[in-house]
Amino acid sequence: MTQSMLKTQSLPYCKGCGHDLIAKHSTKALEELGFAPLDVIMVTDIGCHGIIDKCMNTHTVHGLHGRSAALGAGIFFGLEEHDNKKVVVFIGDGGATIGLQHIMEAARLNLDITVVVHNNFLYGMTGGQTSGLTPHGFRTTTSFQGNPFDGYDICKLTHTAGARYVSRVLGIGDISADMKKAFDQKGFSLVEVMEICPSYGVKLNPKRKLKEIVESAGKEVGEWVNEDAAFKQQQGEKVENLLDKIPRVPMSFDRSLNTSKSLVLSGSAGEGVQLAANLLAKAAMLTGLHVTQKGSYPVTVGVGFSTAEVNLSPEDIHFHGISVPDMVLITSQDGLNHNKSRISQMTSGKLFIDSSLELPETGAEVIRHDFRGVGARNAAIHAILYFAKETGLVTQEAIYKALDLEGKSDKIPLDKIKKAMAG
Amino acid sequence: MHEKNNTNRVLIDGSRLIIESLARSGADAFIGYPIPPANLLYLYGSQRMDLMLSAPDEITTLQWMAGLSATGKLPVTATSFPGFALMIESVNMAYMMELPMVIVLVQRLGPATGTATCGAQGDLLLLNGTMSGGHPLPVLATSSFDDCWEMAAKASEVAIKLRTPVVLLTSKEEVMTQKSFDLAKLDDIQQTEKKWYSKTCCEYKPYKAGKDLVPDFLPVNQGNHQVRINASTHDQDGILQHSNKEAMDNTKRLEEKVRVRMDDYLFYDLDEEAKAETLVIAYGITAAAARDAVARMRASGKNVSLLTPKTLLPLPGQYAEIIKNYKQVVIAEESINNQLGSLLFGQQMPGNITFVGKMGKMIAPEEIIKEVRS
Repeated sequence: MTQSMLKTQSLPYCKGCGHDLIAKHSTKALEELGFAPLDVIMVTDIGCHGIIDKCMNTHTVHGLHGRSAALGAGIFFGLEEHDNKKVVVFIGDGGATIGLQHIMEAARLNLDITVVVHNNFLYGMTGGQTSGLTPHGFRTTTSFQGNPFDGYDICKLTHTAGARYVSRVLGIGDISADMKKAFDQKGFSLVEVMEICPSYGVKLNPKRKLKEIVESAGKEVGEWVNEDAAFKQQQGEKVENLLDKIPRVPMSFDRSLNTSKSLVLSGSAGEGVQLAANLLAKAAMLTGLHVTQKGSYPVTVGVGFSTAEVNLSPEDIHFHGISVPDMVLITSQDGLNHNKSRISQMTSGKLFIDSSLELPETGAEVIRHDFRGVGARNAAIHAILYFAKETGLVTQEAIYKALDLEGKSDKIPLDKIKKAMAG
Repeated sequence: MHEKNNTNRVLIDGSRLIIESLARSGADAFIGYPIPPANLLYLYGSQRMDLMLSAPDEITTLQWMAGLSATGKLPVTATSFPGFALMIESVNMAYMMELPMVIVLVQRLGPATGTATCGAQGDLLLLNGTMSGGHPLPVLATSSFDDCWEMAAKASEVAIKLRTPVVLLTSKEEVMTQKSFDLAKLDDIQQTEKKWYSKTCCEYKPYKAGKDLVPDFLPVNQGNHQVRINASTHDQDGILQHSNKEAMDNTKRLEEKVRVRMDDYLFYDLDEEAKAETLVIAYGITAAAARDAVARMRASGKNVSLLTPKTLLPLPGQYAEIIKNYKQVVIAEESINNQLGSLLFGQQMPGNITFVGKMGKMIAPEEIIKEVRS
């Protein structure tokens, strides 16, 4: 004989509680659909609905208040097609309020899970407070005059978000056919079962009937369907090894530096500063040096300054911070503004600066050159090639080789730059 | 570490090493939101992990990770304080449920949003207080590119073997700065085996642990045994209980499990010098400056030792034992309140221990040297 989903028909709910009805008719529906208990992963959270776990023969996962839809989504993501499991999420109206975003996200992605909202119009376990799904006018322990606001229409929201199937039912009589329809969908389904909490709701709203409350709140009973296909895993292109594809930089030239040097290259966003710094670092590596490179720019990466810090050393570099650099290369006003303070602190070293810029105060030797003459986009690369020519700390040949390693040689107007340097 | 190999020199960042190491050691899913300065980890995670899901927020991230973990995956995320703050309740949930996962926490300047692109070391005390009840959350720290490789793999191993969330603590400058690096230095990484309950004869109790204090795992996507996973106080069957003995024993076991079993995961570097009476202590990004500072002091004739803790939480007793051997101890950390010192000594900081701290910028080697010589 097939094992029943429920361990017992005697469930731990108050007399007249709709949760009892939902549990019995949900499990009946799942059984009728042919699911064995261990085909079902029941995800619950905090609230009276969550105490059903101990009565279930299914797998049970009991999480945080309002998070069961997200937790159930995570389980769904981990399932394989052949697992043939059904993820069922039980949540209260309070939990649905807390975790509304999780429900929306699961509906938007059309994940193949079913969420059953136990809407008994208030937070029952915590003392009968108003939730986001409490109907307008319904009295709770925190709104004795009746809820002054409309509750969320969770059905409309999830339907609009993209759920495959949504229904609202009154928690009266045999609702197993309604539950069955929801469980049998391929894609996200949600059933909002309307009920009145017998402990708080009935006492505070005597003589009111469920149907009348639901109707007067404008929450029509019914079902809403989208024809969109269920979620399908779409992963981008994967690499088997993150270390394979990064360019190797073998020692190819004689070392040109015997002491550590720190360098700052700065210009404007979009003018190739970070690429130039990367080429300079790799050129140094080609001569056997150790390097570090880091960039800084405003949060709006497309405008303003772009600064790169590069350390070059014949030894292993541990600390890579640069306070007062040995050398600074400035190709634009943005770059100058961003580095004025540390340029002014330089008492030695070299400052390479575009000839269009006003000279800042500095103790460094100043070398002016028209870096921007080859076009703003190439100013930074022009600067490092000029720097190589003037200082010999890295060679221009090493920079050309670094360009080759990056596959960018044909994207830089090297002839134009060489001509500008010669001039 | 192997000998240097000229053909494997690359310019690389720590994020790439961390993700590759996590993938090789057993992580198979990356879930997250691309918060700075953890965004490179997100990028590489999306390229490398079998499954990548971009979550709308960090609460969802942790919940999805917990769900994946319940199906036998080892999910990974990377975040910084604002995201981690949102994750805390769900980290507690995963800890209580005993679901393995790795969270790479890239420290940036706080409080609150602070400065998104500025490094810091300000989250250690937060991590020490992450778990309600004072339960220890395992935290391993990187202090070099070698650690990005080795500690990331250990984080996976701890997560799987101890069935717990693990934090790999790092900071902006460690994961975003590019450095020349010889890949030939990297040791092979073995994937940590996920051992599952294999008996079919007997009743499976999801929270019944043996002497190793770790219950056998079974995922929810199998059909041999019923699995109950529970974030509330529960008994060995995974059924919610108020405070009966079995449930209290289970909650105590969670604390003991991490505290005792983390003895197997004690990682630190102690670079001792004979006759040294001074000890410099630094972890994370500041360890780099400390290495330079110690080398320079030694070159000038000063005898000095260096302790680089990598297992940060639960805080191993060995660090206090090492400290006892020195007349002068300098702790360097990129914060303004000596969080490691507070963990070690609380309000009773011994008089021979001083602190070098900073906010908004890395501590430079000269600052450590100055403190030692003061």
